[in-house]
Amino acid sequence: MSETNGNGNNLLQNSRSLFGNIGLPTAIIAAFWLFTLVVGHFVGISMSTLVSDTIKRAGMNGILVLAMVPAIQSGTGPNFALPIGIVCGLFGLVCSIEMDMMGMGWLLASFSIAIPLAAFVGFIYGKLMNAVKGSEMTIATYTGFSIVALMCLAWLMIPFRNPKMGWFIGKGLRETIQLDAVGAAQILNNFLMFKMGEVIIPTGLLLTFGFFSALVWLFFRSKSGIAISAGGINPKFAQAAGLDIDRNRIFANVISTILGATGIIVYSQSYGYAQLYTAPLMMAFPAVAAILIGGATASRAKVSHVIVGVVLFQGLLTTALPVANEVFAGTDLSEIMRMIIQNGIILYALTQVKRGVQ
Amino acid sequence: MSESLLQFKNVSKSYYGNRVLTDINFDVKKGEIHALIGENGAGKSTLMNILFGMPVITSTGGYEGEVLIDGKLINFKSPHEAMYAGIGMVHQEFMLIPGYTITENIKINREITSPNIVSRVFGKRLETLDMVQMNNDARKALDKLDMGIDEFIMVAGLPVGHMQFVEIAREIDKTGIKILVFDEPTAVLTESEAKNLLAAVRRLADKGIGIIFISHRLDEIVNVADRVTVLRDGELVVTKDIGDTDAVEIASLMIGRKVAIDRVQSDTRKISDEVFLNIKDLHVAMPGEMVKGIDIEVRKGEIVGIGGLAGQGKLGIANGIMGTYPSRGDITFNGKPMKLNDPHSAIASGIGFVSEDRKGVGLLLNESIELNIVFTAMQVGNRFLKKKGPFRFQDDSGLRKHALKMIKDLDIRCESPLQHAGSLSGGNQQKVCVARALTQDPVFLFVSEPTRGIDIGAKKLILDLLLKLNEEHGMTIVMTSSELAELRSICDRIIIICEGRVEGVLPPDASDAEFGLMMSGSRIKKGKDSSGGRAPNV
Repeated sequence: MSETNGNGNNLLQNSRSLFGNIGLPTAIIAAFWLFTLVVGHFVGISMSTLVSDTIKRAGMNGILVLAMVPAIQSGTGPNFALPIGIVCGLFGLVCSIEMDMMGMGWLLASFSIAIPLAAFVGFIYGKLMNAVKGSEMTIATYTGFSIVALMCLAWLMIPFRNPKMGWFIGKGLRETIQLDAVGAAQILNNFLMFKMGEVIIPTGLLLTFGFFSALVWLFFRSKSGIAISAGGINPKFAQAAGLDIDRNRIFANVISTILGATGIIVYSQSYGYAQLYTAPLMMAFPAVAAILIGGATASRAKVSHVIVGVVLFQGLLTTALPVANEVFAGTDLSEIMRMIIQNGIILYALTQVKRGVQ
Repeated sequence: MSESLLQFKNVSKSYYGNRVLTDINFDVKKGEIHALIGENGAGKSTLMNILFGMPVITSTGGYEGEVLIDGKLINFKSPHEAMYAGIGMVHQEFMLIPGYTITENIKINREITSPNIVSRVFGKRLETLDMVQMNNDARKALDKLDMGIDEFIMVAGLPVGHMQFVEIAREIDKTGIKILVFDEPTAVLTESEAKNLLAAVRRLADKGIGIIFISHRLDEIVNVADRVTVLRDGELVVTKDIGDTDAVEIASLMIGRKVAIDRVQSDTRKISDEVFLNIKDLHVAMPGEMVKGIDIEVRKGEIVGIGGLAGQGKLGIANGIMGTYPSRGDITFNGKPMKLNDPHSAIASGIGFVSEDRKGVGLLLNESIELNIVFTAMQVGNRFLKKKGPFRFQDDSGLRKHALKMIKDLDIRCESPLQHAGSLSGGNQQKVCVARALTQDPVFLFVSEPTRGIDIGAKKLILDLLLKLNEEHGMTIVMTSSELAELRSICDRIIIICEGRVEGVLPPDASDAEFGLMMSGSRIKKGKDSSGGRAPNV
């Protein structure tokens, strides 16, 4: 039989996938991070602080980045409407404060209010995504913006009474709510926290991130997960195989929104503050940038991309900030660099969309 | 009629070592309608692409041989040059802007302008349109075609037949038009519109324009053309004066015997009288392959072939029943009425489908062979799953075992079941598609274009496989294919689809002419009058 798959061809494939495992953006950012670390070392910045901060920030942003996976896998692209999930989480969080919950109770109450709400809102958002097939990313971005603006009104108008989060004069919620007041600041971070030399390991935070990562990883090995992925890779194939693609897309966006809600609660406790009003407005972008740096494309994402991406992206930000301040003393270059890196990465990744799909 | 306006001399063309045209000698005289006919892939489009200097030709290394216009050697680098040399084309799909008037469409990019103040400063692109002059020109062009419609009407909302005329008017308005190519101009027209068009084509020829008329409607060709050239597999079969031939001969020349047909039928085959699948009045909205009311009965144990030219709707049938394109009609399968537009229930009822679009619909190219094989069975039949808590996970070992068995049974040449399906050769990809369909344990199989784009050896393997499934497992198979030869090699009967309807049913050993005539929608045999237009559809 003349039918053989030439070995040379497969070798080519292998070497390409070997290189493909570490994508260009990942490699560039990793190199840049190492470079800033080296520079940081020479200008005398404490390495242990940098590493501790990196671990902490990666952990607190992790679940928000994880929220990108279901959305990307289902074919709706990176979830630029992450603020939808975030405001659900924030809503659960303030309701829980309103109910005077404290500590772990506060955390669990926040989750149990936020998750059903996020599921419901995610369902509606999923329907919207199905109605705008082909321009999901643009619509998602503006849906996110709109919901944040709408919630600005809600934070003002909903008659919350708990003084821990109201303005001292006037009605409405404060822009920033200290979680110290409910005994919940760093509550996860401090769980089983230990020090490795000078480096602080926030065990609870990492465990939480690990738990959700494992959940998402497992989900994409299940029947529904495989169905969602197939719909994202090749809708025509999935349809011909008798799958309800629209339903799967909705389901994926429900999961994504729930992860967004969970993510912001974990984020807030680590930060020590809940930030309302326009704070969630731009939060989708670092998350999108992180997963893309991790090696995901706008059409394919894995949990490993989340972990690699969030460590690299947050690592670079935590390092670049003090280093830039030392090197360019007196300027605010670090923030500018953050914007350039973050948006540059998103831009680069979005130009690669077609290639990712093949 | 002796001056040759256009001449092709020994023109050959290959794409990446794949020869698609071999030594074509072809000429068009002044005032002549020269029909060009051939099956899909016979080389008609390539020939026209060469004439128009399309980038697809120049970017793949050009062509061999010579093309002469008015005795002068030409070698167009772009369609633009061809246009200036007086060659025009009327497309099958209209290239008109609906929101513009007829005049604007005719004159687009060749507007007549007069200078004004702004244009004197900023250049020619800002000159005022001379609508009066443009309308006059458009009028003249329309009059040449005997078109009564007003030139200032919008194109949007015009009947299809009129749009075609606007398209022609645009071509003949170009000054110095010498050669006009009509690419299946009547494909979308009604019978009376087609008649008008053919009359207009005749008039244009009488004005001295050389016309290349590409069509698969034999009766039209016999009616309107002066000469006919038949292409088959990139070779010129014959050029004849239309008076010396007839539709039957052209049809059999067009089909020819490409591959020797060796039908091996074993005696163990059983075809029961039970109607397994009964299709009544099926309509499918598949773009480019519209099905417009088809009745077919398939008996248990049969291999039924569905043939016809591309774009006639043969591919729409399986896609419609399997729910990949919107459809309506009454389908009874295995004694039960079937729900349409629901791929899930179609698969669950025991119908397997191997799609014609192997890379698009058939495979997840970047996923493993084993996942591709079990995917549908897993999702629809809930097989190859292990239940753990709220999740049902894929059963890796069961899946691997089945994949290995399939790889062995179907002789899929691969390195491991984890290899990506996209890295396999065409024939092996096709086997993976068949393996997936078989994994669903179907009792009925739709196979569309099973040998498209795979080499000859692999073709035979696939066909043998289908035959084996039928003989050993009694699988009822409906095979849709553009390749008549392969339909004739394994099918019990062949249904020919033309213009979205069943044109007729032929036994596999029917003559070439019968197939050719039926595929082109001409039922010459029935009536004595061979110029009596198209036969009514069944």
